[in-house]
Amino acid sequence: MSAREKSQGDVGRRDFLKLFGAAGAAGAAASTLPLGASASADEIMAATADTKHHHVTAATEPHAGGIGYEFFNVDESAFIEAAVDTLIPSDSTGPGAKELGVATYIDRQMAAGYGKGDRLYLEGPFGEGTPEQGYQLPMTPSELIRAGIADVSAYVQKNHKSTFDGLSAKDRAAVMTELDGKKVELPTVPTATFFGLLLQLTIEGYLADPMYGGNKDRAAWKMIGFPGADAMYMDKIGPFRNKPYTAEPKGIQDLV
Amino acid sequence: MATKLNAVDVLIVGLGWTGGIIAKELASTKLKIVALERGGPRDTNPDFIDPQIHDELRYAARYDLMQNVRRETITFRNGESQTALPMRQLGSFLPGQGVGGAGVHWNGVTWRWLEWDHQARTRTVDKYGEKIIPSDMHLQDWPITYDDLEPYYDRFEKTCGTSGKAGNINGRKIDGGNIFEGSRKEEYPNPPMIAAQSMVMFEKAARNLGYHPFPNPSSNASRDYVNPDGVAFGQCHYCGFCERFGCEANAKASPHFTVIPLALKNPNFELRTNSIVLKVNLDSTRKKAVSVSYLDARGREFEQPADLIILSAYALGNVNLLLQSGIGVPYDPATGKGVVGRNYAYQCGGGATAFFDKETILNRFMGAGALGTTMDDFNGDNYDFVKAGYIGGGGISCSNSGARPIQSHPTPHGTPRWGSAWKKAVVDNYDHAASVGNQGAVMAYRQNYLSLDPTYTDVFGRPLMRMTFDFQDNEVKQMNGQADICVKIAKEMGATKVDRSIPPVPYSIVPYQSTHNTGGAVFGADPNTSVLNKYLQVWDVPNVFVTGACVFPQNAGKNPTGPVGALAYWAVDAIKNQYLKNPGPLVTS
Repeated sequence: MSAREKSQGDVGRRDFLKLFGAAGAAGAAASTLPLGASASADEIMAATADTKHHHVTAATEPHAGGIGYEFFNVDESAFIEAAVDTLIPSDSTGPGAKELGVATYIDRQMAAGYGKGDRLYLEGPFGEGTPEQGYQLPMTPSELIRAGIADVSAYVQKNHKSTFDGLSAKDRAAVMTELDGKKVELPTVPTATFFGLLLQLTIEGYLADPMYGGNKDRAAWKMIGFPGADAMYMDKIGPFRNKPYTAEPKGIQDLV
Repeated sequence: MATKLNAVDVLIVGLGWTGGIIAKELASTKLKIVALERGGPRDTNPDFIDPQIHDELRYAARYDLMQNVRRETITFRNGESQTALPMRQLGSFLPGQGVGGAGVHWNGVTWRWLEWDHQARTRTVDKYGEKIIPSDMHLQDWPITYDDLEPYYDRFEKTCGTSGKAGNINGRKIDGGNIFEGSRKEEYPNPPMIAAQSMVMFEKAARNLGYHPFPNPSSNASRDYVNPDGVAFGQCHYCGFCERFGCEANAKASPHFTVIPLALKNPNFELRTNSIVLKVNLDSTRKKAVSVSYLDARGREFEQPADLIILSAYALGNVNLLLQSGIGVPYDPATGKGVVGRNYAYQCGGGATAFFDKETILNRFMGAGALGTTMDDFNGDNYDFVKAGYIGGGGISCSNSGARPIQSHPTPHGTPRWGSAWKKAVVDNYDHAASVGNQGAVMAYRQNYLSLDPTYTDVFGRPLMRMTFDFQDNEVKQMNGQADICVKIAKEMGATKVDRSIPPVPYSIVPYQSTHNTGGAVFGADPNTSVLNKYLQVWDVPNVFVTGACVFPQNAGKNPTGPVGALAYWAVDAIKNQYLKNPGPLVTS
């Protein structure tokens, strides 16, 4: 084991403990989050109806704890939190997606331009086409995610008499494996398309700049050894050839 | 109802590298020039400054600087038997939009194509006979040779501050440079970039195997530089946010801070941004263009008359405008007649991912778009076509363009896509993997072409352009043959595990492969097989010139921007020195 790997491993464990033990980390990250696109009144009502989700409070008092959901209703947010926790669980390698805020990341993405298909051609007619022709659904990413969550929730209810988030970690992983292996035919959305988008969003949120709501405290970057946005290596690329280079990762908001 | 504007002398459609070069070079003519750019204005400051530009999600994953396909896209099918469907989101290739075009977010790899690429048919037939060419392959010569273009390659390299090492100066082969390149008059304007660890390993392995690796010609400046136009470049930061991003250091050559500001100094030049050109209007003879119709940001339609029209949009955009305007005869694969849309080609790839032990530390995140080491031993006609079983190979390289983690977290084949095992593999391999890749040429074929779609339209109501394309046997053999060579090199580099891969066959519009779309409006010596003469002038409508990679009769195993820039200088010299003195066809058909 190289010195570098050892030091990375230590950092990962330290952050893991810090994230679970400290109240400060989440609050500090939340204060730097940009506000996403406006949620509809219905969505705000849905989010605030449940005491677990303090949308309005969070927007005005970022240190109050949770930061709320703009797009997902309470059932959907519970599903997404459980889903990202299953796709990238917390373990001895490093933090999981849920604790790094990836559910918030996905919520913000669904509420904003990407989720609304701001770069998606959505004119008809619609046909299934071949796999080589790519995405052909008449749905924006947020519509696809919402419909997919409903489909999977119904499937889990039917087969397990539970919500997805109510399942054990093992059973949740089993459901994800079924979706990934296309063993389930969902009624509304193509299984592979939904699962592919869910996984894409989870990995994005885990590894994107923390200002988007995931990768809290840059913990995923620390885990893999990516120094982040503070990227100026003209005097380092030669001297550090085949030598460990370690730097505290910085997000964009750490540098402005 | 369109508002008709006062006539201008020259109208430029699309202000990227080629439109920028032409606008700047025509300043001395005192002609009234207008450029219409469909995207918005942008500049290094504030659009590309550090740290905000170091945002992988916004720029690399969400394509912030690229064409928005919600407004205009293409339809795609693999072959005639299918119904084309819209490319609803970007994937396989990423056309630019806005001032500077794709010149803002390219990597900066600046090749001179090989001599063979300029005379592919003649040199192939001379060496192997006609029979080696598949019956459906449209293998065509350029109407000019490498030697004709050499001074213009030199000019573009100097504009860009290209950093590299010559391998052939005045016929003298130089070890450490590309010994397969055509003869150059001069060395590159800047020395090669600093090699990353993976490149050092690749170079050693390739040499051990008897190949001839050399540093990529890179328009990421290896040192502070002032180009012949007096434009200052900063030294590359090796920040690793290069392709898909703008450059905060003005180290990556881009038209937005080189040729375009110089064009804008000309009081007779006017740039109109957010202006989408719908079509070029011809007179009743169909032999003369009189104006273009365009919409401004508010959707108001204007007709802009002009004596001379330059189509300098992205390769696909230019072909689309020709088709929308009825300039030239559209290609019909059934009869083989027609030229517009003919010879659309692409690139193929694949290669090997080399995984190393923990002691091999690559610092992959320290990178630059054009930072890499390449070998041309299996490119152009530097290898035996008969023995290999394919025509037109590719450059094999080890690139170090950065390791932004959303899109670069290599894991060995067989790793689960999610879960704890995935995460562990990401951590274990993040900085211990390198790729050895093939940038493969794709030849032109009877059945691969661009046309207008019968069903789908863009938001302006025009038919979408339809792409009919697939990899053919020649390219599949090439991808496989070259991937085997990549695997051999990866093993020689000391990899503990090597994964071999090639892009999907049939060709898929989904995964990113290359923004090197070529053809559709090719230049040539014969109007029956080309849209343009050797000066990039439309055979049928001589007051229209077309630039960009759409002019290449087939693709090469090299990035296209070098010859694209060189040909812009070549064409504008012909416009200035010949056409403007006596407007009309510069070549008699």
